[in-house]
Amino acid sequence: MTGTLAEPFAGWFARQGWAPRPHQLAVLAAAQAGRSVLLIAPTGGGKTLAGFLPSLLELHAAPRAGLHTLYVSPLKALAADVARNLMRPVCELSLDITIATRSGDTTATERRKQREKPPNILLTTPESLAVLLSQPDASAFFAPIRRIIIDEIHALAGSKRGDQLSLCLARLHGFSPNATNLGLSATVAHPDAIAAYVGPDAARVTTQGGAPPEITMILPAGRLPWSGHMGLSSAPDILARIRAAGLSIVFVNTRAQAELLFQELWKINTETLPIAIHHGSLELSQRLRVEAAMAAGQLRAVVATSSLDLGIDWGGVDQVLQVGAPKGVSRLLQRVGRANHRMDEASRAILVPANRFEVLECEAAIVGVAANALDGDPPGPGGLDVLAQHLLLTACAGPFLPDAMYAEVTGAAPYAGLTRADFDAVLDFVETGGYALQAYDNYRKLFRDSEGRVHIRGERTARQARMNIGTIVEEPLLKVRLARGPLLGEVEEYFVTMLAPGDSFMFAGRLLRFLRLRDTVCEVAEGGEGEPKVPAYAGGRMPLTTNLADRVRAMLADRRTWPAFPEPVREWLNLQQSVSRLPGRDDLLVETFPRGDRWYLVAYCFEGRNAHQTLGLLLTRRMERFGMAPLGFVATDYVLAVWAAREPLDVARLFDEDMLGDDLEAWMAESSMLRRTFRRVAVIAGLIERHHPGAEKTKRQVTVNSDLIYNVLRRHQPDHILLRATRADAAGGLTDLSRIALLLARARGHVRHMVLSRVSPLAVPVLLEIGRESVRNAAGDDALLAAAQGLDEDALVAEASGAAEPPPFRPAAPPAPRRGPRRAHQRQGSLFTRLSTPGRSER
Amino acid sequence: MSAAPIHLAGERLMLDPEGGLFWPARRLLAVADLHLEKGSAAAARGALLPPWDTRATLDRLAGLLRRWRPETVVALGDSFHDARGAGRLQPADRARLAAMGRAARFVWVLGNHDPAPPEGLPGEATEALVLGALTFRHIATGAGGGDISGHFHPKASVPTAGTVVSRPCFVFDGARLMLPAIGAYTGGLDVRDPAIAALFPRGGRVFLLGRERLFSFPLAARAAGRRVQAAQAGLPPHM
Repeated sequence: MTGTLAEPFAGWFARQGWAPRPHQLAVLAAAQAGRSVLLIAPTGGGKTLAGFLPSLLELHAAPRAGLHTLYVSPLKALAADVARNLMRPVCELSLDITIATRSGDTTATERRKQREKPPNILLTTPESLAVLLSQPDASAFFAPIRRIIIDEIHALAGSKRGDQLSLCLARLHGFSPNATNLGLSATVAHPDAIAAYVGPDAARVTTQGGAPPEITMILPAGRLPWSGHMGLSSAPDILARIRAAGLSIVFVNTRAQAELLFQELWKINTETLPIAIHHGSLELSQRLRVEAAMAAGQLRAVVATSSLDLGIDWGGVDQVLQVGAPKGVSRLLQRVGRANHRMDEASRAILVPANRFEVLECEAAIVGVAANALDGDPPGPGGLDVLAQHLLLTACAGPFLPDAMYAEVTGAAPYAGLTRADFDAVLDFVETGGYALQAYDNYRKLFRDSEGRVHIRGERTARQARMNIGTIVEEPLLKVRLARGPLLGEVEEYFVTMLAPGDSFMFAGRLLRFLRLRDTVCEVAEGGEGEPKVPAYAGGRMPLTTNLADRVRAMLADRRTWPAFPEPVREWLNLQQSVSRLPGRDDLLVETFPRGDRWYLVAYCFEGRNAHQTLGLLLTRRMERFGMAPLGFVATDYVLAVWAAREPLDVARLFDEDMLGDDLEAWMAESSMLRRTFRRVAVIAGLIERHHPGAEKTKRQVTVNSDLIYNVLRRHQPDHILLRATRADAAGGLTDLSRIALLLARARGHVRHMVLSRVSPLAVPVLLEIGRESVRNAAGDDALLAAAQGLDEDALVAEASGAAEPPPFRPAAPPAPRRGPRRAHQRQGSLFTRLSTPGRSER
Repeated sequence: MSAAPIHLAGERLMLDPEGGLFWPARRLLAVADLHLEKGSAAAARGALLPPWDTRATLDRLAGLLRRWRPETVVALGDSFHDARGAGRLQPADRARLAAMGRAARFVWVLGNHDPAPPEGLPGEATEALVLGALTFRHIATGAGGGDISGHFHPKASVPTAGTVVSRPCFVFDGARLMLPAIGAYTGGLDVRDPAIAALFPRGGRVFLLGRERLFSFPLAARAAGRRVQAAQAGLPPHM
């Protein structure tokens, strides 16, 4: 495939000192032939321009009124940035092309102007597109459209936002059958699935990455930490690297880690290098200020979470540091790509592992990057909750026939396999709730006319639907505000319930003191005393990918790879081999040993923290049944550790595959993960409203807690479409059940049970996690309450023996504060000295 | 299942883990804030919640009736989510309530959500029921002992070894008792909230509802200068 660049564009390229790249011409040729195209290219490859060239050429050749090209990006900021960049050739060539952006920030005046005189090119986000499509004039507005550009499509496909966008694209093609899609993607593990998302017969243009990135690793000075994920002890080295470069992005894995590392850097930042912090919970204006300072070259470093993974091309980033485990090859590549957006030059990246397991993971990731072994699961089927929202919004725009709508929906790749029965069930849910008890005929949201067309019930229902557009569902959040001062951002409600007035915590890079909760605002003051807490966020942590886990396992099993490891790591592994054994590639190593008054069981599964959490719940349930009296467990990305009052025997039977039968059913019934998933599904599907017209203030009174709804629905209609959607979501990744299933299948007949007399070297890190990580007891919340109450017995005795009033009761220690490695060092001695004269035997 | 005995104004009362209160001497069962037909009230506003909340709440009430076999049932107000709630009852639910009303004498204490007695259901309605030293009302008053009330939907959060566990609870300070809401769709208000804390200025105890039993924790007094105190307990780190 070749194409040529016509004047005046050829001349404009030449004046920039550019030559059109082969992939830009290939995309142009395919687009001009009327095909949909997927362009896969690394960052810095002139991807965006490639996407717009066909449109610019067409609009130059035949200027016209009306919408010609729609550009959709996952980020509002990216859409605005692309619009600015696009203005350059348009202005310099005096092209007669109008360009506009549309997002939640667009003013009512601008929106009206866009409706009256549509721009030729409109840049927007999936959510704003959904809003536009829910308007009664959507069909007229979008009818003239020719090209739809989907940027960062790899970040959308496979997510609920991607599901929504795919349904919107199907709508657009209904309005304008000749329109074509143009998808722009980073290099991905599953290009076929992304191509299918772009269109059934999309042409594919792929460029290989230019220079491979240069990735190095730095270890903290002194002893290599046994545990901890924050990497705070590397702060001096990180600061030295910041000092040596122009602009650095210091990527971390969680918002809590961002807060802690930011504090740690500023403690030693005697030269007051301008270092900022950026994460998704900070107030938008603060984030924008940081981004602006970055673009203006006023910063030397930004400590950031995935909030900077995607986004506009900063250009001037010299290096990327990844503090803590990279978690996946694709994710690391995405982050590394943030440094240096010129394709032909190598991006520079530095990995900073926080503990010795992370050293292994970093080595595995470096090898994985070199091999370009991308990870990630192929996108699964589209969510039924998203479909429910889409059907309601479509009805807002105008009546539709279910048959035609089913045909349209199955044209979207994520919904290609949707059965008519499921489609009808979702439609029934939107109409009346889809309940077996036909109680709500008076309150139906949709009604059908004599020709079978589906209509929205009225303007009020439509307004309500439009107020709840979107598929991003946050955990319940509370605003954080300085008393008589500005908003700082948002923390999860859960975190605030753990705070008592006077407690200090870290947020937005400041040390704050909790004053009081006022409605939905958490009021704070500057400063604070005592050990600060750090807000944690549910789901804030990425689990280790299967790909990377396999690599770590393979490296452990193959001594030939060990010379790449630093000396302390080699020593550690050698010691492990002499006292126990190393996890093999295709087996499951399980160690059991006594310590104190407990028995420990440590399983080296390498399936990621989420999968281990679920496995821990299932395993403890089973141990309970087998009479082993499990007391609790802790999960890391690599290992699961369970402790019990009695010795775990017949370990192979414990890990039998039937664990996913009865135990799973029982667990699913109580799982808080399933409850969280249900909440997201219910919000997206419109069962629970995020916004209610005119009810902002009394929102808490009009909404019913999703857990209560879940309880009632599960008991009275367990096959309801939303519960089915919840289970599908939970099984498809959130709870990593498939990873557990694969693990158990792999382990069958290959469980290597080592009966030790004491803790093994490889087990030390996970034992250090106990007490720091949140630990789930086996028997659920009632047992936790009983334990908490049991501790209160002393107070009761004192009360009974004369004290008239019980003393104010405050927790002796905050529950599971996340701390740096300091505590690990303190604990290290007692565990490590026990390693010297080990005993071993294999069963 | 084990109920917890308390003494209020010289009377021995049993707190049931399902959220009800039983007074053995009078064979009287009290329950608070049923909020029947809250689901259909939400549906009328456009949120089509599962329509079985009334059935689920009545299941719970039926369990309490089976366990205690009371002669009198006192519903402490907000028994229906709104004034028209009784009219929206499904026929099966209405028949079930009527049967309960034949088995025991029902007293509907009126609440802010249901200021009028429910139409077509057996039982008598009153603003407050005084029996000996005890007064059953919807909203606790600041003065007087022997108050038994609902309205606030008290719940308490307890930090435990694993996570913060949040449950509906009874609140008791020796002089007055507040009942948790037992409606299937009723949320809760934290006992640290000033609205509840102001009624228990000298602290007391909370009893969190559990599967087969209650979990009791002290509720701290309101210390000067500190607006809120928690019913909190904690565990030391595991190792």
